[in-house]
Amino acid sequence: MLEIENLHVKAGDKEILRGLSLSVGKGEVHVILGPNGSGKSTLMNVILGHPKYEITGGKIFFEGEDLTALKTFERARRGIFLSFQNPEEIPGITVENMLRTSKQAISGEKIKVLKFHKELLALMKELQIAPEYAGRYMNVGFSGGEKKRNEILQLLTLNPKLALLDETDSGLDVDAVDIVSSGVAKFHNENNSCIIITHNAQILKHLPVNRAHIFLNGRIVLSGGSELVNEVSEKGYAPFEVES
Amino acid sequence: MKNYIQDIERALYDVRDEDKSIYKSDAGLTEEIIRDISARKKDPSWMLEFRLKSLEVYKKIELPKWGPDISELNMDEIVTYVKPNAKQVDDWSQVPDEIKKTFDRLGIPEAEKKSLAGVGAQYDSEVVYHSIQKRLTDLGVVYTDMETALVEHEDIVREYFMTLVPPKDHKFAALHGAVWSGGSFVYVPAGVDVKIPLQSYFRLNAAGAGQFEHTLIIVEAGAKLHFIEGCSAPKYNVTNLHAGCVELFVKEGARLRYSTIENWSRNMMNLNTKRALVEQGGLIEWVSGSFGSHVSMLYPCSVLHGEGARAEFTGVTFAGRGQNLDTGAIVIHAAPKTSANINTRTISKSGGAATYRSAVKVTKNAPFAKCSVNCESLMLDDESRSDTLPVMDIEGDEADIGHEAKIGRISEEAIFYLMARGISEEEARAMIVRGFVEPIAKELPLEYAVEMNNLINLELEGQL
Repeated sequence: MLEIENLHVKAGDKEILRGLSLSVGKGEVHVILGPNGSGKSTLMNVILGHPKYEITGGKIFFEGEDLTALKTFERARRGIFLSFQNPEEIPGITVENMLRTSKQAISGEKIKVLKFHKELLALMKELQIAPEYAGRYMNVGFSGGEKKRNEILQLLTLNPKLALLDETDSGLDVDAVDIVSSGVAKFHNENNSCIIITHNAQILKHLPVNRAHIFLNGRIVLSGGSELVNEVSEKGYAPFEVES
Repeated sequence: MKNYIQDIERALYDVRDEDKSIYKSDAGLTEEIIRDISARKKDPSWMLEFRLKSLEVYKKIELPKWGPDISELNMDEIVTYVKPNAKQVDDWSQVPDEIKKTFDRLGIPEAEKKSLAGVGAQYDSEVVYHSIQKRLTDLGVVYTDMETALVEHEDIVREYFMTLVPPKDHKFAALHGAVWSGGSFVYVPAGVDVKIPLQSYFRLNAAGAGQFEHTLIIVEAGAKLHFIEGCSAPKYNVTNLHAGCVELFVKEGARLRYSTIENWSRNMMNLNTKRALVEQGGLIEWVSGSFGSHVSMLYPCSVLHGEGARAEFTGVTFAGRGQNLDTGAIVIHAAPKTSANINTRTISKSGGAATYRSAVKVTKNAPFAKCSVNCESLMLDDESRSDTLPVMDIEGDEADIGHEAKIGRISEEAIFYLMARGISEEEARAMIVRGFVEPIAKELPLEYAVEMNNLINLELEGQL
């Protein structure tokens, strides 16, 4: 589904990704582990074409198509979704309105307002989001946890092919992580894929992890199975520094 | 009367900027021309005198020495702005294409387009207008054009006309007093609740709206009215100066909501004066949208004259390429326990300049006044400008005054966020701008809110 080949990325003068390769198949769940500043979030943003980053080498393919010439919204319409680490506040636009506009843009079909409203409220209930949040402005005045749950609400509403989750579990209490984790598990099936950045094994509780990758200094230094997640939570990243 | 009028004048000059005199002389406008206008309009003799006195005042006062540059106005040739008033373009083919295109894009029917452009002879809404007239007459409400009011309700007009905005107020008020023509007159008797909003839209053609129109509205004690002036289609005039005047009288316990969306053609100097006098327990609500024009100076003023009088001002201004829109509000607290809320959004784009300018004055006679000002500006690119110039002058005791100002650029991260949800860049920008003005849009009647959104979309596409 996603093929990244020897990717080099700069932000300004600073090189952040230095020859990164990653292959994620249909139905797979990959976990990315790594210390702050290792380039994990940059990778997520680059996959969606954030204008701040410049690709100086390598390619990104999604379902065989080279993404690098596509605009962000075109990539989203191909089926890529990013759950933001710090979701933006957008005053004046309600959650429901934005999600409907978004779903319409991605599916290319006219969305029936009432049907959409019902489905949205049902999903909100599952994620334990109070129904009045549908009418609130996007992320405005939301707590950190509410913002993250709102990202999962969008994931489930838009039902993409590839979900990128950038520390969706950070800053959440145990119960909230469980809600988010169940939400991701509900989304995942054999036809879609997930790349999850996390510092915490708990979010993976309900998910079958196929591969885990350790990020250091803009590269993957080690890939393995889900056992890497536990190894990192026990020992930190120091043992892997040697390998890089 | 004297006191608050002096207050108004002081408040106006409180927002004065550094001196930059552009006044020369105005040879063009003569007594003869004024007499001619007056005779054509069949004024009563007192009105002719009023015009002539205004002319004298006009000749003595200089142009405002603050605000945007209006030196493009050739005051030597002021007569050329005044004279063509009687006949605007009388041929649809003379109306510029860009205006026609805008009418099309706003989905306005052919007959109304011509009327809005001031060239229509027949106007299909005539019937609608008359049926509204019948319902209002049954309530004792008077709703007509100023010329008719001057004949049929001369005593009322004479009692109120230009007492709130006296000709000596500023040069364009004086000019207005001398050459005014057309406009709306509304009188709502005590205790009457006019449930439907009155829209001057319906009678644009009937009154022949010009660029010196006068609006006079009197809402008697305990009565209620919502008046909507203009519509969002650009009004096209061959001349390029608009100096209208709006006087609103809100009596004890009365409520008036006055909504306008002004979208003048891009050659227009819009120098409009709007003022409301609110008596005890009364409420004035302004909803004001400024889109078109080349230069605008517009600061609707609320004089809170009776105890517990209230004012709510909600405004949005959108300045694009070649536009300098200087807008805001004035509130004068002249009685105890008066309160006001000013809430504005200004947007600038493609090198446009938008200035928010306000004056809040609390006189010694107004203890326990309450006023809150919230003005936010959004610049859509690096070449645009936005300024915020709030002035406060508090003399009354125990005043509770709050002010919040925000100036910012459109957030690239927010655009990325929306694009990451499949929304195109253009639509993402439009959504953010619509969201920014949402607090204002929700104050508008639905069809106007829709038209305002259409206007924003047109502005963002840069096709107006």
